[in-house]
Amino acid sequence: MLAHIIQNLPQVLIDGLTLGVVYAVVAIGYTMVYGILELINFAHGDVFMTGSFIGATVLFLFMGMGFLTALPALIVFLIVIIIAGIATGLLGVGIERVAYRPLRRKNAPKLIALITSIGISFVLEDSVRFIAELKTGNYIVTAPSIFNHRFTLSAHDWFPFFNNATFQGSFILVLAVTVVMLVSLDLFVNKTKWGMAMRAVAQDRDTASLMTINVNRVISVTFFIGSALGGATGVLFMIQYGTIDPYIGFILGIKAFTAAVLGGIGNIRGAMFGGVMLGLLEMFAAANLSIITHGAMGAEYKDVFAFIILILVLIFKPEGLFGKAVVEKV
Amino acid sequence: MTSLGALFNKIAESKRNQIILFIAYVLVTGLGLILLPDSTVAFLLLLFSILILYYIDFNLKAKWITGLVILAVIVPFISSFSGSYQTYMEVGTLVGIYCAMALGLNIVVGFAGLLDLGFIAFFAVGAYSYAIFASGQAAKFMPFGHYPLPGGTFWIFILIGAFVAALFGIILGVPVLRVRGDYLAIVTLGFGEIIRILLNNMDHPINITNGSMGIASITPPNFFGISIGSSSQFYYIALCIFLVVIYIVRKLENSKLGRAWKAVRDNEIAAQAMGIPLVKTKLAAFAIGASFSGMMGVVFAAKQMFVDATSFTYLESTIVLVMVILGGMGSVPGVILGAAVVIILRTQVLTNISNWLSSLSATYGIPIPPALSPEKMQLLIFGLLLIIFALYRTQGLIPHKNRKVDVARLERESAELAHKASSGGADS
Repeated sequence: MLAHIIQNLPQVLIDGLTLGVVYAVVAIGYTMVYGILELINFAHGDVFMTGSFIGATVLFLFMGMGFLTALPALIVFLIVIIIAGIATGLLGVGIERVAYRPLRRKNAPKLIALITSIGISFVLEDSVRFIAELKTGNYIVTAPSIFNHRFTLSAHDWFPFFNNATFQGSFILVLAVTVVMLVSLDLFVNKTKWGMAMRAVAQDRDTASLMTINVNRVISVTFFIGSALGGATGVLFMIQYGTIDPYIGFILGIKAFTAAVLGGIGNIRGAMFGGVMLGLLEMFAAANLSIITHGAMGAEYKDVFAFIILILVLIFKPEGLFGKAVVEKV
Repeated sequence: MTSLGALFNKIAESKRNQIILFIAYVLVTGLGLILLPDSTVAFLLLLFSILILYYIDFNLKAKWITGLVILAVIVPFISSFSGSYQTYMEVGTLVGIYCAMALGLNIVVGFAGLLDLGFIAFFAVGAYSYAIFASGQAAKFMPFGHYPLPGGTFWIFILIGAFVAALFGIILGVPVLRVRGDYLAIVTLGFGEIIRILLNNMDHPINITNGSMGIASITPPNFFGISIGSSSQFYYIALCIFLVVIYIVRKLENSKLGRAWKAVRDNEIAAQAMGIPLVKTKLAAFAIGASFSGMMGVVFAAKQMFVDATSFTYLESTIVLVMVILGGMGSVPGVILGAAVVIILRTQVLTNISNWLSSLSATYGIPIPPALSPEKMQLLIFGLLLIIFALYRTQGLIPHKNRKVDVARLERESAELAHKASSGGADS
């Protein structure tokens, strides 16, 4: 049993890492908004989904115009991801303007903002389904595959107790792009003036506004960055996994939120770590659950696994692995 | 225009005129339904009389009796002339089921302020608890007993469903007590998904729920030898349970527990400082809310005669939430109205518009793509409703009203008590 688990470990690590970095970037969107507004932005998972659909649309357009053969794939990919990122970023700003800012002005209870975010998530899912079904007749879209060259990691030659692992060319791309995004975000938040303003608003909105920080604009920028990252990850997801449908955002969003909680909500580096860890754990569970339980539980329980992690973290360490415990004041 | 308004006010001023107008309204809409038996509009207008009744300036007991007579006698009687009698009664049954469920969620969200996004799980638990034992499914894993159980046990199972759902409510509640505010929404959502995935996969190693195949051929309930199979019969079951639920909710709302819930909702820390046991209060909200849902789950399973995990998705949980938000959080009449509006919108209005559109495209050759069909736009419609109501009318259709305290009576009573105490003190 153990030998079998160890044999598959390289493949599990590769798959887990791919999923994990996707979770990590989406988790950042949750964690940034929560850090500033103390709001779980349920719509974020669907912003991610919208990003993947926008990416697919642009890719299909390019294909129709014959760019895909004329230009190197990498450049096409960069154009697609930038367009999708900007579009979803603007979408995020729009969502904040329409659904959250009026509530903030009215000083409405947090419950209400949560409910509008559920509403926004429904509207996004159905609008995307509607457009996709109108255009293609089917809401499940299979993206044109680029970067589908397969590589083999010959782990068996180095360590005889491992099996070889295979991965697609897109794996390297996903890894590289997410690492670039994560590092530049970390630099942005910690080194620039805007980043400092964001941290100040997260700490204390009223004091920040006394320090001549335009709080509403900082919140808009936060939504733009979080959503743009989410949408760009949607494109990566589409390229890595091929098929997309309007409902991928829901479960992935919850898992990304789990990752954010795992790393300590509001903590950007924590969200990155939590995402990668959750991806690895989930893939490990999917590959080995059936072996460990002797066939009683299969890979279909991997979602349950993620939810149980969420519940356990919230019960026993609600501040997450890297967060600071907050004392609620009267 | 102004003279018309004045006339209306004049009529509305007198109680007798109101009664006459109301009876005339019921008669006209009832007659309309008899003459146009397949018109959904007439049916809806007849149901609308209940809402009018709510706003009439009438004494409370008379209102309840009139409402009961309309729902239990007039509506079933008149719609029995129509060819779509069973469809109307099916809608009525669904409204009853979802009203009870929405009232249950209203306790959790509206009274206690705990956002529950996995509420359908309790409904599923109730439905499966009847489905497993009232079909051959239980024989696959139970070492003793003879299955399926006879239809007469349905009535006991209503209580069992309530109990099991309440138990699950407490199981969910125990971890929830340590989780703050909006995390709760995510935890309950996760719980709902876990229950759904479990129900969908518990066909191995032991076949308990028959997995994604679902459980079919559930024994219909049996009432003193009469087998209950049609929607017009389930309508009365749903109506009875619904009345019981309203009674309980009404009693609870102004009880000590109900006031404790509202205190916890408004300020948890202050409530705790006033000596309200947080753990007990929240657990009670979860358990009672869940038990309503569980009861109706049993009715649902018996009515459908088939259950599988697809009836208990996140969308269903959110639709119950839409009912509560639409009607008004914490407002009992509002939530009932919200549930009725949502169910009628889902089952009647949207299907009718879809049929109308497709007939339009068939007769006039206007191509309307199937993606546009309003039946498929449920997510969009309910999403927009949530946003609009959360932004512009947070208090819902019928806002919640706190019971007015009769200050004069309280003063009199306390004066009497003080008097008694002082005279009692003089005696001893």
